[in-house]
Amino acid sequence: MRPFAYRRPADARAAVEAALDAPRAMYLGGGTNLVDLMRLGVAEPDLLVDVAGLPYDTIRETGDGGLEIGGAVRNSDLAAHPAVRRDRPMLAQALLSAASGQIRNAATVAGNLLQRTRCAYFQDVSKPCNKRIPGSGCPAIEGDHYNLAILGHSAHCVATHPSDMAVALTAFGAAVHVEGPGGRREIGMPGLHRLPGDRPEVDTVLDPGDLITGLTVRPLPFAARSRYRKVRERASFAFALVSVAAALDVEDGTVRDCRVALGGVAHAPWRAERLEEALRGRPATEGSYAEAADAELDLAEPLRDNAYKIPLARKVIVRTLAELGG
Amino acid sequence: MERGETAVRAEIALRVNGEERRVVADTRTSLLDLLRERLGLTGSKKGCDHGQCGACTVLVDGRRVNACLALAVAHQGADVVTVEGLADGDEPHPLQRAFVENDAFQCGYCTPGQLCSAVGVLAEAARGWPSHVTADLAADGVELDEAEIRERMSGNICRCGAYPGIVAAIREAAGGGTAR
Ligand SMILES: Cc1cc2nc3c(=O)[nH]c(=O)nc-3n(C[C@H](O)[C@H](O)[C@H](O)COP(=O)(O)OP(=O)(O)OC[C@H]3O[C@@H](n4cnc5c(N)ncnc54)[C@H](O)[C@@H]3O)c2cc1C
Ligand code: SF4
Ligand code: FES
Ligand code: FES
Repeated sequence: MRPFAYRRPADARAAVEAALDAPRAMYLGGGTNLVDLMRLGVAEPDLLVDVAGLPYDTIRETGDGGLEIGGAVRNSDLAAHPAVRRDRPMLAQALLSAASGQIRNAATVAGNLLQRTRCAYFQDVSKPCNKRIPGSGCPAIEGDHYNLAILGHSAHCVATHPSDMAVALTAFGAAVHVEGPGGRREIGMPGLHRLPGDRPEVDTVLDPGDLITGLTVRPLPFAARSRYRKVRERASFAFALVSVAAALDVEDGTVRDCRVALGGVAHAPWRAERLEEALRGRPATEGSYAEAADAELDLAEPLRDNAYKIPLARKVIVRTLAELGG
Repeated sequence: MERGETAVRAEIALRVNGEERRVVADTRTSLLDLLRERLGLTGSKKGCDHGQCGACTVLVDGRRVNACLALAVAHQGADVVTVEGLADGDEPHPLQRAFVENDAFQCGYCTPGQLCSAVGVLAEAARGWPSHVTADLAADGVELDEAEIRERMSGNICRCGAYPGIVAAIREAAGGGTAR
């Protein structure tokens, strides 16, 4: 691991200024991804700006039924919050399905959003990888990719985004609050994470020095009926092969509205907009769910060894919607 | 280390098992290495150094975390409890007693992490925190049955496969009686 200086600013402004002081400065949240990547030699910051202790560590219910979540809130505290458990089960379930109790206690909301891919080549500095060393090539395309993307990938990178929480937040259309060198702005989800295109080294639309201070989850009453379902290789403590966050609003047997996002399938959490559009106004039946799933999955371009994700995603979507449609 | 890259050192003050400790250490030092190499507390174990096995689990400000992924310098002023701090003098912690009574280990390498993690699990359950297998997320309380304990302890791997004993010990300590 390369040596680094360490600073612990008192507020967001001071953090942004500190991050501009060193060429390879990085923010430190719980460190559960960054420290690992530093130990592997994948991340080599010369300065860590510790933002886990910033005063953005509260969860507040807004008067209209929305939720303001600080960027430094720990994953376990968010999952345990009554307004998340009661009104947004897909978010609670996504958080609780991720990592382990120990990791969730340390991991921050901002760090979770910005965790990097688990593509094995990315994590192995003895191998090429366009995301780690731009232009070095993508060995996953011809090599091991059974767990990688089927949607939105490019000839330069087929990695997936590993976060479960981000999938639920994408279904909600959460807004991410950013404090940057140029001031404050808001970024909607989906929209924070990029597709790889010809610049896979860039995960998100954030600029250098941008700090995530929190997010807003606007009210979505029908999300009280929502669910996160994750398929993985063992029952617990594993990343998703495919996951789905879904909320369904059914009245008199007809789908009035719905939100669906997929995980484990793309470089970004994947909002299933085509599926949603195909489902609105249709009868709440398995037939409609399957047709809507196909409308989305028709976009899939599987690699040699991950075509299984298409029927798997289809089944998981249909089963989850059928349970919600009840 | 590459040329021109000098180590950065920082003074780190924290409380470990009730005692104030002060150490000057390289900023790269993990909390686990600080405990083991600098403070001589070798109870916490290094299994993977990547957050995957749980052998390094300690309690920081009452919450269980992986000490291998925690930078010591980021834990200025923290209150850390390791396996060495669980007992009350000569009186073992109820979980330590339950682990012995329920054959909850074989080689013992994972045990300090299992114990600290289990202390965390009991505290989380007491606060009503749900888990991935909790059917009613909105319920106020949880009962630590076998499925709940297995899910909540999934961040602690036991290479010897002592899981049945570990689950039984935690059930007993949680007040659920002997499970086997
Ligand atoms: C063994 C293991 C299993 C895991 N399993 C899962 C899983 O199943 N599902 C899942 O979703 N996740 C999983 N994770 C990943 C885990 O969720 C992330 O490591 C964690 O959420 C990262 O949060 P952190 O606060 O520790 O981030 P850090 O590691 O501190 O930071 C991550 C990144 O975010 C940046 N950053 C941090 N805070 C800010 C901020 N405020 N503004 C801008 N940038 C910031 C950092 O510079 C860094 O690039 C697993 C991790 C491990 C080690
Ligand atoms: S898929 Fe992306 S992250 Fe993986 S090796 Fe290719 S370029 Fe690197
Ligand atoms: S040594 Fe920390 S989790 Fe394995
Ligand atoms: S008792 Fe040997 S690893 Fe658990």
